[in-house]
Amino acid sequence: MLRSLGSALLACLLLASCQRETAVERANREKILLVGNGDDPKALDPHLVTGVIEHNVIRSLLEGLVADDPRTDDAYPPGAALSWEHNAEFTEWTFHLRPDAMWSDGTPLTARDFEFAYHRVLHPDLAAPYAEMLYFIKNAEAFNKGELKDFGQVGVAVLDDHTLKLTLREPVPFLPGITRYDSWFPVPRHVVLRYGKMTDRFTKWCEPDHMVGNGPFVLKEWKFNDHLEVAKNPRYWNAANVKLNGIRFIPIENFYSETRAFLAGQLHTTYQVPPDLVDKLKSDHPDLLRQEPYLGTRFVRLNTTRPGLNDPRVRMALSLAIDRKTLCDTILKGMRPAATLTPAVGDYHPDAVVGFDPERARMLLAEAGFPEGKGFPRYTLLIRSAGARTVSEALQAMWKQHLGILVDIQGKDFGSYVSAQHTLNFDLAVASWVGDYLDPTTFLLMWTEGNGNNNTGWSSKTYETLLSDGAHQADPRQRLEKFRQAEHLLMEEQPLIPFAWEARNYLHRPEIKGWHPLLLDNHPWGALSLEP
Amino acid sequence: MTTEKGTSLWKDAWLRLRHNRAAIAGLVILAVIVLACVLLPFLPGVLQDPNAQNLADKNLPPGATHWFGTDQLGRDIFSRAIFGGRISILVGLITTFVSVTIGIVWGAIAGYVGGRTDALLMRIVDILYALPFLVIVILLSVTLQPWTAKLTEWTVKGVAGTDASQAAIGNVRTWVEPITTLVPLFIAIGALSWLTVSRIVRAQVQSVASMDFVEAARSLGLGHGRILFRHILPNTLGPIIVYTTLTIPSIMLFEATLSFLGLGVKPPNSSWGVLIQEGANTMFSNPWPLLFPSVLFSLTLFSLNFLGDGLRDALDPKSAK
Amino acid sequence: MFKNLLSRLVQGLLVLLVLYTLTFFLVKALPGGPFQSERAIPKHIRAKMEAYYGLNESLPVQYGRQLKNYLRGDPGLSFRLEGRPVSEVIAQAFPVSLQLGVLAMFVAVVVGIPAGCLAAAKRNSLIDSGAMAVAMTGICLPAFVIGPILAEFFGRGLKWFPALGWDSTSPSSWILPAFTLGLAYAAYLSRLTRAGMLETLSQDFVRTARAKGVSPWNIIVRHCLRGGLIPAVAYLGPAFAGIISGSVVIEAVFQIPGLGRHFVKAIESRDAPMIFGPVLLYGTLVILANLVTDILGVWLNPRLRKSS
Repeated sequence: MLRSLGSALLACLLLASCQRETAVERANREKILLVGNGDDPKALDPHLVTGVIEHNVIRSLLEGLVADDPRTDDAYPPGAALSWEHNAEFTEWTFHLRPDAMWSDGTPLTARDFEFAYHRVLHPDLAAPYAEMLYFIKNAEAFNKGELKDFGQVGVAVLDDHTLKLTLREPVPFLPGITRYDSWFPVPRHVVLRYGKMTDRFTKWCEPDHMVGNGPFVLKEWKFNDHLEVAKNPRYWNAANVKLNGIRFIPIENFYSETRAFLAGQLHTTYQVPPDLVDKLKSDHPDLLRQEPYLGTRFVRLNTTRPGLNDPRVRMALSLAIDRKTLCDTILKGMRPAATLTPAVGDYHPDAVVGFDPERARMLLAEAGFPEGKGFPRYTLLIRSAGARTVSEALQAMWKQHLGILVDIQGKDFGSYVSAQHTLNFDLAVASWVGDYLDPTTFLLMWTEGNGNNNTGWSSKTYETLLSDGAHQADPRQRLEKFRQAEHLLMEEQPLIPFAWEARNYLHRPEIKGWHPLLLDNHPWGALSLEP
Repeated sequence: MTTEKGTSLWKDAWLRLRHNRAAIAGLVILAVIVLACVLLPFLPGVLQDPNAQNLADKNLPPGATHWFGTDQLGRDIFSRAIFGGRISILVGLITTFVSVTIGIVWGAIAGYVGGRTDALLMRIVDILYALPFLVIVILLSVTLQPWTAKLTEWTVKGVAGTDASQAAIGNVRTWVEPITTLVPLFIAIGALSWLTVSRIVRAQVQSVASMDFVEAARSLGLGHGRILFRHILPNTLGPIIVYTTLTIPSIMLFEATLSFLGLGVKPPNSSWGVLIQEGANTMFSNPWPLLFPSVLFSLTLFSLNFLGDGLRDALDPKSAK
Repeated sequence: MFKNLLSRLVQGLLVLLVLYTLTFFLVKALPGGPFQSERAIPKHIRAKMEAYYGLNESLPVQYGRQLKNYLRGDPGLSFRLEGRPVSEVIAQAFPVSLQLGVLAMFVAVVVGIPAGCLAAAKRNSLIDSGAMAVAMTGICLPAFVIGPILAEFFGRGLKWFPALGWDSTSPSSWILPAFTLGLAYAAYLSRLTRAGMLETLSQDFVRTARAKGVSPWNIIVRHCLRGGLIPAVAYLGPAFAGIISGSVVIEAVFQIPGLGRHFVKAIESRDAPMIFGPVLLYGTLVILANLVTDILGVWLNPRLRKSS
């Protein structure tokens, strides 16, 4: 008797707790965009972050000199700056800020805020992880490394309240694109200084009640691992055209759960769809699945100090034994087979150096002294535990089948995975790199000697000469030509084996308007609207 | 005058077990699964290479060539489930045996002796409970990797002999290596899974030790060890057996977590835990990779449970039906 | 009695100290540091960051400084969530884990213990096998299988409850996670209760009671329950401590903002302060939970009272 009473009670409780409407239905009414953002941002201070997740949130709160265009990565609409001009060599740039621009608390936004921001991000005491994004500015690197003490000598000049002049160390035709990045964002000088010194790292200036920005939204609430909510900023220069009332960023690390949440009506757009769910989603919900190219490359990083791997013929053999097309079609849905490191970007068209050629691979391997893989050391392919298991198993099988080379797979947690590569304590590792701006240097600069992102033990003076020659070319075509040669050399050497160019598979509701496929995936939040 | 032949506890127990139909069914099913997992790989032609990928044939439902279907790399699920079963059963049996033994000894001493010893032993358990196991696992995986390789080589040489041919050494290595690479896993799981067993044993021992027949035994002058192991523990077997059969599934699933962190079975080899966890991700787009390993896993555990219940009933002198 | 309690509390503090020390060295031994990300940070900047957090000082100095801070009640700032106080993060996450844990425990106890008693009373009948079969399913099918199934069916299919997330104001988000978590524990509890009850039921005083005509209901509830619950209670203590300090799998499946998720992320990113916080919290809870269950154990078994 008690038991039936208990179960009746339970049933009533359950029925009473059913939700009345889904999250999306409610959000459509309230004009709030629900975005799956992968994880909590580590911080909201633009000078202290490096990641995509943080960038997604920060660019709703702050705006750089140049804005993102909703339709294309290649356009540079005015942001905080109304207009700009440069000299013939692309080494001097003058930005004219909006005269009526203000921060979200009403304080006017001036060129001094930008000067303060650059001073701050380059100041060695702040230890900004991505200060090197500003090294294009004259003397910035020396100042950041502590060699130069006087910021006045760095190429940042305030001509008047609304005019900012930047002097660069080399021609940078793509400067407007770079200013769209977090490290180049302004920060509200009056607010930062209210809560600490310019170079203090832990101040409260970014907390919900204190943070002030010049972006389309302001910070409303942040509950860790739960959601981060921003609300419309009425003082944004373009507030009249911002249709959303707010955005809620929801940090979901488990992408299977995220997919389910989307289909249950809890999100408007997701961060990523796991490749093994793509086929079914494509057949069941073709209108909701988006597959768009993304500026990134997946590759196998090789430790070129290891015996066997120190021979470029062996590395090329490993590369040519990979059937990239099958990998992309069956496992890495939406990604394209990579013929070289950098995907073609703008006017840059690198040579296609690698592909699937098992005959030549076997020949090279034999030439290197390991016919049919005999005598080749048994190495380990390092993967990050969660992600690349399927891909690594496929690579393992391909190398065994086509070359007779046996490779073990070792999964490691993220910290150990990163640390092993940084200390050259690995043989092969599955890795990836995402570009920050539309220029090949974002992919090519890391392979120089001593660069913290190289981690292959490989370097080449010729490569570095080609890169620096290219950097000093004023003529964009000459510049890209030098980079093409550099990349060709890099690919002939194969200290890394690119196998796929990234694509983003994600789910997206049709009521979102103003969202277009973008290679850099920086969809300006102010240009979106919800029309169910 | 009829004389009853004296029988031992175990013979008595076996007689009673034989009559328990559920337990016998459990024993039979368990035996079939274990034998299948151990022997089938040796029979030529029955199983396919569990790691042979055929990307054209991926995600197939069960059919003629692939009895349980294929996974997303075109590998035969039936073969993967059988080979995986070997690992899971090995891990389950060895670690459970080790952990239950440690747990019983620890908990029995704590529960029987009481006082300061109890306090010390149980506080050590508290500390081990609260230590961040994930950190320990990562550390173990990092520090034990090089030692595992050495252990494998040493074992292979020991078994094959120093003068064995390359081929013979290779053969020995194929079955030794999967086992020795699991040693860090045994250590990791074994080090942590005995904790709850010890608490349960302690509680049971305390309860039984306070009973009258124990007082009686003590007043008869029987030694503590004898009292503990021959009189108290057999009366605590019920919950211990039950808990043992309960730890096995959690150990097998725990093994999957460790494998993903690099401590357990290495890709492309697999275990039931890993197969289930990977299959769970895509269960709504492709249920086959999840279904069959789960069924095997559950069948094994159900049988173990019925067997365990039967054993418990058979060994309990008071539970005459 | 009071002396006992005092001694247990002192022991508890010692446990925490040992726990702190072991965790300190374990975390230091982990490869990689908090300032390692896929994008390498230049050496001179990493050196600055380490100096900022005091990580460049010698180990004994760090150990002592951090210990002093803990004794003052200041668990420090998180490395991963730049500069956010660990106490703030825990203050947000712990109530969620607590709420989820209590609900799950409620489900586990309400479902598991009566099921175990019933199975023991009607031993070897169909009810017994049936109940235990369901219990076994709950054990064999882990949370990462049952959770998504429930979420898919009720969340995505019927849309009765959200498929993930946790809203302390809205009960509909509590149902699925609490049930998934609770059912796993209910399965264990039902089997342990059954085993314990069987032990108790087979004792002589029960035969006496039956001979005297005491009803089965009274036998179970008034005579056997206390003894029969012993193994269940012994299991429950640490289980409860574990459940409320963050159940990692449930939080991952349902993306609940509890301590478990923070803890896993902290270990991944080598965020030492956020590792210490939950570890010490969990340690305290385990100590308290064990103390409570030991007391409960004595209450359940009067014969132990003379030794306590």
